[in-house]
Amino acid sequence: MNKYAERLYNGLIKENPTFVLMLGMCPTLAVTTSAINGIGMGLSTTVVLILSNMLISMLRKIIPDSVRMPAFIVVVASFVTMVQFLMEGFVPSLYDSLGIYIPLIVVNCIILGRAESYASKNPVLLSVFDGIGMGLGFTVGLTSIGIVRELIGAGKIFGFSVLPSSYEPISIFILAPGAFFVLAILTAVQNKVKAGKKNQVQKTEEQGCSFNCASCGNKTGCKEQED
Amino acid sequence: MKELLLIAVGSAFVNNVVLSQFLGICPFLGVSKNVKTAAGMGGAVVFVITISSFVTGLIYKFILVKTGFEYLQTIVFILVIAALVQFVEMFLKKVMPPLYDALGVYLPLITTNCAVLGVALTNVQKSYSILESVVNGLATAVGFLVSIVLMAGIREKIEYNDIAPSFKGTPIVLVTAGLMAIAFFGFSGLI
Repeated sequence: MNKYAERLYNGLIKENPTFVLMLGMCPTLAVTTSAINGIGMGLSTTVVLILSNMLISMLRKIIPDSVRMPAFIVVVASFVTMVQFLMEGFVPSLYDSLGIYIPLIVVNCIILGRAESYASKNPVLLSVFDGIGMGLGFTVGLTSIGIVRELIGAGKIFGFSVLPSSYEPISIFILAPGAFFVLAILTAVQNKVKAGKKNQVQKTEEQGCSFNCASCGNKTGCKEQED
Repeated sequence: MKELLLIAVGSAFVNNVVLSQFLGICPFLGVSKNVKTAAGMGGAVVFVITISSFVTGLIYKFILVKTGFEYLQTIVFILVIAALVQFVEMFLKKVMPPLYDALGVYLPLITTNCAVLGVALTNVQKSYSILESVVNGLATAVGFLVSIVLMAGIREKIEYNDIAPSFKGTPIVLVTAGLMAIAFFGFSGLI
């Protein structure tokens, strides 16, 4: 496997941001009320991630180390603003349903996390592929959670009814509590798989760490632990 | 006055920032292991969100709108918030050391708390006046404080319970959060 394909594999499966690293939980919970919202959010994050990885990687020798976080934030915020306007212009319905979560991509820890731990240290093309891999991994995560919630909560997938009309939708799943329940079951399954694999108790510190956006975005300590 | 009260109740309980808008989930899950640290984090958030609502409101109204640069709001707000957090930290350290000791460690974590930026953007979206923005910010932050302290209280009790091994840690916390979110639906009749 060459190193470009390796980056894609890494983002999609080995270090999947949603299922493995559990980063970017705010949009994961908030916008996955339907599969289409999940895809929309995932793809817009992917675009921002690719562009910001590319630019940060290009500038990695120019940005002084002491001001790198503010510099990264400016780069990310500029791309987010661009994506926001493009969405407002071309997909207004999606723009309305994602609402405030589009500008909030700025504080999504996946983007700052990748900028800090990958793009600021690696060449441009590899960083772009890292962005594609991570972004698609995030998209897959959001879309699959969206599909589950939409199927149980509304009996539909991508807006098409798939379950027989005798099925009574459990609408709590597309409301706020459903997001927590779906994610809870997801992490429980993941714990189970991990426990089976390593045959050891999960370290709770690790979880607290990967959940904490701030420490992942700002410090590399967390990241190194996970690598 | 009535509008302000409606905004306050609405943001603190009905549209609770964590349990119905999913902003600030990371600290909500990460810093809710015991009531004391949760209260510290909540206090720091109240402090920062209230100030940042005021400052971003001023900047939007008197600089961005006047110069026609409204579209730069996301960039400007995030930079203002980052700078503000640093500034608040230095200010507290110098002027109010006891408060700094209580909140200090949580302040740097707040820059990436999406609730702060979220509130600033909501204020602009709903075109609140400066006073309404501050009330909205304060109420949202109080909602965060209430939910994180409640969560920490429950988690302290959960420690002693017998939970299925795969549900230990994060999953049970998420289930609890889900139940809390259902409970908070009860407030929706208020407005």
